[in-house]
Amino acid sequence: MEDAGFIIGSYVLTFAVVGVLAAWVVRGGRRLARRTPDAEKYWT
Amino acid sequence: MTTTNPDLLAQVRDGADVGPVVTSTATRGTRILGVLTIVSMVWLVVFGLGFSPADRDQAEAVRILYVHVPTIWVAYMAFVVTAIASAMVLLRSRKGSQASSSLGWDRLAGASAEIGTAFVGVTLVVGALWGRLTWGVFWQWDARLTTTALLFVTYIGYLAVRRLDGTHRQRAKRSAVIGLIAVLEIPLVHWSVRLWRSLHQEATVLNTDGDIDMDGLMLFSLFVGVIAFTLFYVWLMMHRTRVMAMEDLIDDRGLDEALAARRQEGAS
Repeated sequence: MEDAGFIIGSYVLTFAVVGVLAAWVVRGGRRLARRTPDAEKYWT
Repeated sequence: MTTTNPDLLAQVRDGADVGPVVTSTATRGTRILGVLTIVSMVWLVVFGLGFSPADRDQAEAVRILYVHVPTIWVAYMAFVVTAIASAMVLLRSRKGSQASSSLGWDRLAGASAEIGTAFVGVTLVVGALWGRLTWGVFWQWDARLTTTALLFVTYIGYLAVRRLDGTHRQRAKRSAVIGLIAVLEIPLVHWSVRLWRSLHQEATVLNTDGDIDMDGLMLFSLFVGVIAFTLFYVWLMMHRTRVMAMEDLIDDRGLDEALAARRQEGAS
């Protein structure tokens, strides 16, 4: 594939941001859920 | 169904006070959505890098399209959601509704803006890589690129305003005003290629002619990309708004505790 570095780099960068966002939100949720009473969690 | 810690659950059944049992923001709905997102992203990689054909003019570089377009699509959608939620914040606060209802809209606006800003950033960087392949340069002060950069900076400003000191209601009101004004940049970005001379190509799919001049497999790959990133957006929004609700709650609790401590100091 021509220009593979740029093309694969674009995919890697995009999915890296997706992964970082997902990990940041899930970890934040786990950390705060331990400090929040269950009654206050509207999704339960 | 929510995420629970089985050990804690057993202790609760035994009557022990163990604190929160639900230890995450996940539900059955978000898990199903998460699996669908991963599957569609895998499909996107397979079609985008594998099955879709090379372009007549751009050759293999066209494969960047399948991540570049979906990321800006998510950003546009996210900013429109921010604007709608901001309008709801202002409407609710005018009608004097319960604070919690307008704060719910505010969190929706904020979470959506965060995701949108991240994806505009991705669009700009991936676009620069694509520009290097097709135009020979990473950046040009071209109408589309410049207006997109302006959109990015505007929403960075929006997110900065959300972090200013003040109560949650103050945050909600002032950021709602910016959220409503900032969204007006989207038509400017989208139509910039028609309004000014631009290096950037015009829209292939969302154009005024209604003609989609694209190979079927290319269009399908693009469609998979749009679906994958839209699913991810919805998944992330659900988690992020729940996290923000807990952040606000913990903030309020901290403030209440500080006030109680002050009162106690004053009384003694």
